[in-house]
Formats: sequence, C-alpha cells, structure tokens
Amino acid sequence: MSTDTTPEPASKIDLPTHVSGEGGSIPSFDCTFRIARFDPEVDSEPHWEEYSITMYGTDRVLDALHKIKWEIDGSLSFRRSCAHGVCGSDAMRINGRNRLACKTLLKDLDTSKPITVEAIKGLPLEKDMIVDMEPFFQSYREVMPFLVTSGHEPTRERLQSAEQRAAFDDTTKCILCAACTSSCPVFWTDGQYFGPAAIVNAHRFIFDSRDEGGDMRLEVLNDKEGVWRCRTTFNCTEACPRGIEITKAIAEVKQAILQRAF
Amino acid sequence: MQVHHYDVVIVGAGGAGMRAAIESGQRARTAVLTKLYPTRSHTGAAQGGMCAALANVEEDNWEWHTFDTVKGGDYLVDQDAAEVMAKEAIDAVLDLEKMGLPFNRTPEGKIDQRRFGGHTRDHGKSAVRRSCYAADRTGHMILQTLYQQCVKHGVEFYNEFYVLDLLMTEVDGVKRPAGVVSYELATGEIHVFQAKSVVFATGGVGKVFKTTSNAHTLTGDGMAVTYNRGIPLEDMEFFQFHPTGLAGLGILLSEAARGEGGILRNSEGERFMERYAPTIKDLAPRDIVARSMANEVREGRGCGPNKDYVLLDLTHLEPSHIDEKLPDITEFARTYLGVEPYTEPVPVFPTAHYAMGGIPTNIEAEVLADNDTVIPGLYAAGECACVSVHGSNRLGTNSLLDINVFGKRAGIAAAEYAKTAESVELPENPANDVVEMLEKMRTSDGTERIAAIRKDLQDIMDANVQVFRTDETLRDALDEIAKLRERYNNVGIQDRGKRYNLDLLEAVELGFLLELAEVISVAAIHRKESRGGHFREDFPDRDDENFMHHTMTYLDPEAETDGIKGMRLETKPVIVTRYQPMERKY
Repeated sequence: MSTDTTPEPASKIDLPTHVSGEGGSIPSFDCTFRIARFDPEVDSEPHWEEYSITMYGTDRVLDALHKIKWEIDGSLSFRRSCAHGVCGSDAMRINGRNRLACKTLLKDLDTSKPITVEAIKGLPLEKDMIVDMEPFFQSYREVMPFLVTSGHEPTRERLQSAEQRAAFDDTTKCILCAACTSSCPVFWTDGQYFGPAAIVNAHRFIFDSRDEGGDMRLEVLNDKEGVWRCRTTFNCTEACPRGIEITKAIAEVKQAILQRAF
Repeated sequence: MQVHHYDVVIVGAGGAGMRAAIESGQRARTAVLTKLYPTRSHTGAAQGGMCAALANVEEDNWEWHTFDTVKGGDYLVDQDAAEVMAKEAIDAVLDLEKMGLPFNRTPEGKIDQRRFGGHTRDHGKSAVRRSCYAADRTGHMILQTLYQQCVKHGVEFYNEFYVLDLLMTEVDGVKRPAGVVSYELATGEIHVFQAKSVVFATGGVGKVFKTTSNAHTLTGDGMAVTYNRGIPLEDMEFFQFHPTGLAGLGILLSEAARGEGGILRNSEGERFMERYAPTIKDLAPRDIVARSMANEVREGRGCGPNKDYVLLDLTHLEPSHIDEKLPDITEFARTYLGVEPYTEPVPVFPTAHYAMGGIPTNIEAEVLADNDTVIPGLYAAGECACVSVHGSNRLGTNSLLDINVFGKRAGIAAAEYAKTAESVELPENPANDVVEMLEKMRTSDGTERIAAIRKDLQDIMDANVQVFRTDETLRDALDEIAKLRERYNNVGIQDRGKRYNLDLLEAVELGFLLELAEVISVAAIHRKESRGGHFREDFPDRDDENFMHHTMTYLDPEAETDGIKGMRLETKPVIVTRYQPMERKY
C-alpha cells in the first residue's frame, strides 16, 4: 500500500565517502578446521581430522568446506545447494551448535582455535556430514502438513485478513533443515518424538484461518510422543536459522490442545 | 542394476516438477526423481512474486500481461505461449491459494499485489500492481505448498537419484522415450526407470558463470542429457543477468526491493536509471537495468574500492515497511555484507540468474525433435524448457508463473498420454553408457582437479559471455572452453567410494557445464544483433530482418560450426499472433 504514498526519491544525493568509494581490502587469515569424518565403507565410527586453510572474514563455513573438498580432500562429503540459507541442505554442528554452514560467517567464530564441524545428531549417520533425513521427514508427514478443507471450493481466493495471516506467518518460514529437531535433547534420547520441526509445521496449519484439520493434528500431537515431550530447553529456537520462535509455537500448540480438550 | 516400471517419470522436484507431479500423480502411476530432496530445489530461492492479472488492487487484464511479456522478451516470445501463460496465470495463482499458499493480503482479505519490472498498465502507460506475493519469499512458499500437496496426494519420490541418461527407442520409425537411467547417490547403485511418459523439470544452468544467483546444483543436467540424445536446445544465447545480486557474492536481492520503492544509485549518488528508462526508471526490465548498471561501472561511476558495483538504496523507505515486505533480502544484506539497509545503501551488481533458452517444447509442454516434430511421451517444463514465453529476456515473476502453468500442463499431458500409450521396450543393456562413464571417472588416474577446471570455466564465462559480448570475446571463450574440455578428459577424483560419492557427482556435473557453456557461446556468436539479454557491442541494434527467429542447436557428429565439431545450428520461426515487433522503450 505504502508504495503509492512514498514520495519520489531524489534524483541525486550526497553519499558518504565510505559508501561511494575507498574502503580497505578484506584481510585474510589462517584457520584450522576440525572435522568429524566418517566413511561407512571403511570406518566403524567417526574420527576427527584437521585441515589448515587460509580464508577471508567474509567467507562462510561452507566456503571453508568447499575449499577443503576442492583443494585438499575430494572425499569430504556434505549436502549443500543454494548457499544462502534458504534451501536447508547444510545444517551441521559447528563448534557444538546447530547452524547452516552457508549462513555462518568465519568472522563470527573464534578462528584462533580450531573450528569443529560434525554432522547433526539424532539421525542415522551416513557419511561425514550426511545423515539419513527419512525419519525427520516421516515425522513431518505424520502431522498432515497440508491445508485441509471441506465443502465446495470457492471460485475465487479464500479471504483472510492480514491479522489472521499474521497468526501463522512465523512458522511458514520453516525450510525443513532439521537444525531444530536435531538440537533437541528429547529427540536425541527418544527418536520417536515428533520433534520441533514437525510441530512447527503443524502450527503453520492449525493457526491458518482457512484450515479445518486442526483437531486431527492436535490429536496426533496430543500423543505420548507429541508436544508434551517438549521440555522447553529452547535449543530449537536458538538453532533455527530462520529465526522462528519455535518454543513459542510449541507452547501455542499446547495451549490449543488444552483449550479444545479432547 | 534395478529396474522400476512407472507410467510417468518426472525428473526434477522443483516447482515445475512438483506441479506436474500433483496432476500426474492423481491420474497415473508416477515417480519423481530428484538429485536433491524436493524442498532443496531452487524454486525456494525465488522472492518477489508471481504475476497474474487478478486486478485485486487496480485495473488489469491478461491481455496487458501478454503484451508486457512479449515486449519484455524483445519480441522473441512465442506469442501463443505467452497468451496461454497470461490467461492461465489467474487460475494458477488461485490454485496455489486454494492449496494453502499464504499470500499477503489486501485490507479486504484478498491476495495483495505489487509492482514489478516491466509489468505495466495498458501497454506501457505506467507500472501496474500485478505481482501476487508472500513477503519476499514467494518461491519458498510455492515450493513448500507444492511439496505439501505432494505429501497429501502420496506422490512417490526417489530422493537423491541423479538422472544421467534418457533412453530413446525407435517405434515404427518414431523415436520415443523408454525411460531414464539414474544413479542413486546413497548407494552408488544404478536404477533404470521404464516409463511411458518422461517429464524433464531439472531447472537452470547458472553455474556456468562465476557470479550467479543460482544454487551450486544448477548445472543444466536435463538440458545436457536430452541434448546428448539428439534433442535440440533452443535460444541458449539468452541468459538473464539479474541487476541486483549482492556485490561479489551474486546472492539475489529481489526486484521487489525496487517494486516497493527502492532505487539504484551510482558513486555520485545519482539515480542513474532516470537516464536509461525515463518512464519506468528502476522498474525497467532486467536486461536494461543490468546493462545500465554495468555501463555506469564501465564509465567510472561504480562504488567501492574497485569501483565495481552500484548501490541499491532503500534508506528513504520506512523500516516497518521494509520489515513487512522485504524481510529476507534485507537480512541477506546484513548477514553477508554487514550492511544495514535501513540506513545504508546495499552494494549490488548483476548476477547470472536465468536461462531463457532450453529444451524446445510446444504449449502442451511436448518436447520437439526439430522445429515442429513432437516426440510422443516426452515433456519438459520450467527453466530447463523453452516454450518460449520469455523470448530473449524474462520478466520478473514470470518464472514462478511458467513453472506453475506449464508444470501443470506437462503433468496432465504426460499422464493422459500414458493412459493410452503402450510401454516402449527398453534398449538392450540400457545402463551401459552410464555405467561405463561413471566407472571410468571413478577409477581414473587423471591429474586435473574438478574445481580448478570449473573455476576457469566460470571466470572465462564471466569475462567473455556476460552482459556485454563481442565476436572476439565469444571466440576467446570458445577457445578456452575447448582447452578445458581437453583438460576434463584427464580429470581425476579422489573419492573412490560408492556411497554418497559427491566428488563423482561434481565431476559429471562439470562435464554438463562445459558442454552447455559451449552451446551458449556458439549460439551467441551466431546472433549478430542485440536483443533482450544478449547484447553484442559489435552489433548493438536489434535486427529483425535477419534475426527475428529462434536458434536451434543440435548435437551432430557430422557437422562443424565455428571450428566446433559435432554441433549444428538451425533457426526456428517465432510465433507472432497479435503484436508486431516495435521499438522497445520504457
């Protein structure tokens, strides 16, 4: 709306010199990566290997992994695709915290010590940073992550107010990277637990004013492996690369179950 | 080797592949093969929106949308296809809404719409609000929504199955697809999928360039696989450079930033687009804006220590407006460049973004063996295909539209065909070629490294085949690519294992990139004119008399083109229905 009211920007403005030119070159530095390697065809369990490389502050952990793979050891294996935090391929444990390798800048890490990189926990390890994602997607599928409606389809769009949409906006951001679920201590000890990502995706529909499947989903999540297993440790919220307030979403789902009282 | 039997096999699980799967899966036994997981596909990186003349916020109609698409493509668009797309756009958006896509809303609760480059009211009079959007993550929401529908309909996915060959068999003198050969990344096993219909929806080939908005995985697989089976590639010289990639990184900052009021400035603080497109300025189509930016830099008005980028200025917009409409892209600027867009302009430069060309199809998404012969049972949709709705320059938002409209058409057509067609017999030893190629590469003692060759290729393409091209730069590129192909013959990999051998995967992808870079360069040499995304400094004007046609490139062992053995170029007429070519001014 506000595009119509925004005044026409000036044809010419004065830019501060640090914006229009100059600025220094980006400094490079040496750092060490300590990576948990696992080759299923050779190893019985993962072992640490160290790699020393020269990188730049603007580089991401993904750039460092690529440098190692492309220049030192081509067998280093990890998933990645978009490289800017929207596809969800490269969740891994970096210095003990679940993060996306493509969204973690080296300048934000302490590069005076070795940077540790290992696969996310709680899912079967396949090779190096690659885990079997199937159990994760299985939980996702079980919460019916799709719009459920009844009756005739309208000819035009279903109406929804901006406020109604805002109720679930946060949980639509999920990229299914599993950083949250694989940071959850409950999930580590009980692989049957749905885990935060599945609950986030249930939340996305339960609070969508157009959806009629809420009761079914709440019943699923009221199960003994459902929302009540959450111990509110906030690991998931801290791990989410999309900034979703996951613990809050889980609390809202708990509230909804109590209010509907089966 | 395992053999699977399906009615329909869809290769690729981005927007086009999953839109096709939703239709096909409800009509015929369908398998979707992807080298990733479906939700990793690059449709998810699209930001700004999907245009349709819903007229929810101001007067609009699909005929204006058709015209804008044709003019935006510099009249190389097949107009029958553009009409289909603009007309079906309205239902395509409504379909997505009914599937649950959380569009931003108007105060009345309808789907909100905003401005986008090249989309105008009444044939260019002023910018029009046509783009339907979900903040600046419309592609993410489309990908998620389509995946959700696939889950709902129980679509069968084969994740991390990399398709390396299309099997074609001659039946009564007609070549038809018999299936595909794929490599399972988890195990290294070969799987042959026999199918009556095959749909390619494998996306783009941006990784031939160094500075690109494309994912690492966009290596033109489907284009290369079909090309190697004798199917032509259409209009490969036309590549879109998106104006606003984060400088030095290429990460996309949506055109929605300009749709919402953002403007471009040079080192002198000038809003330079006022000079290049006086009417719609910063909202001119991408080819024009990208060239204008590159020109500012060439003439010494670039910013930064190397004066090699310009600035995207959002500082005159309300922070709350930015947060509501452009949250993700402003976050990219903060994360990757450490720039706060509320108060500082963001360094940007054109980034290789979209292949207008691809596997030729008609409006039913049927693949063509030449200018007009349909290959029964073979379909393509999305960026890997060329319908051609984008001509020589795609308008913003029209790719999300393309995948939905033609993905749906491909899915329906493939399933309907499979209902009546007989299976085509698989050739004897169907996987031999693939197995031989993979084993040779996996066990090679070659000394050349994949990454080194790929880096050289990307540097060469950025230097010679980017926004500005000349005969000389293009021939330089071809010479260098030929040397790289020699080096590629001696490529060695270090991972000798079977499981998740991504080293091997990258080696195969590099082969496809080299091949397609050559096709792009040869096609670009032959188009001695400037049109849309293809700008020749030695031929700066559009030449309708000699070049108002599509380029068709064939793999042909007998032929030789520009010293390149095995390549043949032909032309294909453009379908013109109601709009005669005019000068393209904005």
